[in-house]
Amino acid sequence: MITKRIIPCLDVRNGRVVKGTNFENLGDVNDPVALASYYSGAGADELVFYDITASAEGRGLFTDILKKTASTIFIPLTVGGGINTLEDFDRVLKCGADKVSVNSGAIRNPDLIGQAAKKYGDQCVVISADVKRVDGRFTVFAKGGRENTGMEAIGWIKRCVDMGAGEVVLNSIDTDGVKNGFDLEMLDAVCNAVSVPVIASGGAGRAEDFITLFQTLPKVDAGLAASIFHFGEVNIAELKRLLAQNGVNVRL
Amino acid sequence: MTAIIDYGVGNLFSLKSSFAAIGADAVVTSDPAVINDSDRIILPGVGAFADAAKKLRDAGLDSVLKAQVKTGKPLLGICLGMQMLFEKSCEYGEHDGLGLVQGSVVPMQGVIPAALKIPHIGWNALIFPADRPRSEIYKYINEGDCVYFVHSFYGADCGDAVTAYAEYGALLTASVQNGNVYGTQFHPEKSGDVGLKILKAFTEI
Repeated sequence: MITKRIIPCLDVRNGRVVKGTNFENLGDVNDPVALASYYSGAGADELVFYDITASAEGRGLFTDILKKTASTIFIPLTVGGGINTLEDFDRVLKCGADKVSVNSGAIRNPDLIGQAAKKYGDQCVVISADVKRVDGRFTVFAKGGRENTGMEAIGWIKRCVDMGAGEVVLNSIDTDGVKNGFDLEMLDAVCNAVSVPVIASGGAGRAEDFITLFQTLPKVDAGLAASIFHFGEVNIAELKRLLAQNGVNVRL
Repeated sequence: MTAIIDYGVGNLFSLKSSFAAIGADAVVTSDPAVINDSDRIILPGVGAFADAAKKLRDAGLDSVLKAQVKTGKPLLGICLGMQMLFEKSCEYGEHDGLGLVQGSVVPMQGVIPAALKIPHIGWNALIFPADRPRSEIYKYINEGDCVYFVHSFYGADCGDAVTAYAEYGALLTASVQNGNVYGTQFHPEKSGDVGLKILKAFTEI
């Protein structure tokens, strides 16, 4: 049976891995190529590689970093950040990405999802949504979580999947950086609305949070985190052993 | 030297890089002369069957591959590349395959329980059939090792050509072999060390 995936996320700015709390106060952490290679060796099932400032500042990804990463590691690689056009898809796929994640680019131009799915296949298109509760309503934010779009999140995500997105990364701004566990309520709502894989993001602080995630919400396919892996607070190999001991099917 | 067939379908960057990582010589090519000179051939592929089969035919590479297989040269089809080895595909209409391995490509939908997501995407364990010797491409790995899958259709009615299954609500064909023709539904170039070991074993055939 298919295994639950553990996915470290490398937020990249100026060729370096960064991670902030609630998307603010970014601090330089590590070299993306070395970190990617380390994670692959430790048993990461996939890597997500975001240029987190690209959508705000209109920058493209640093494709040389991407190429170096993709020639060193041989696990699935998802790339996001600054993906606004089919040319952006093409650019990162040629550098070794397997999946391309769209966020602000799809909010500006929803047709991008359908066009990319038609050209590269549904499996290649990931909708990444930054979602925050506003007056008790799940609301989509754009530009790295800085801009309230006013759109209701579940409807937006469902629409993206209908247009051809093959996977969803749900990042809860409410729990991101808080390290008190994933946003189970928000994830449950998304899992019940779509039939494609859902990746949980935002809020993992310790290994137990992943156990709770997969035991409480069996429909969630993967757990994604950044700083707890980068700072060594959670070791991926140990996490996967712990998950297996708790009855979660993982690749060891 | 391994010839990785470039016919305008899918992403060859990782495949080429993975050969570099195992220290094997590989070239991405659509040139029949280079393919004829190679020691072994990889047929990659991602996307829709009909489109890929047409591109392969339009480039005249279907007959090149068939002729090369007749000489005994090892051929490995990966993902859609494996599916093209079969006799036919039922992906959005009926389409002819290369007919190098028995079987046909059919949708998973209706075969696996409705609660399971399609595509079958992620890492799944290899199960070896008990009634046949282990395929040479698995000589460096173990049963139960996980490899990376992304597919919505699979090879059915492959008979004793099946060299491994993956369990996803049903036993799905994970790999096939007919003499010197090999196919993996999964992506060895995305399956970490296990995948690299499978590619290494293929380069030693």
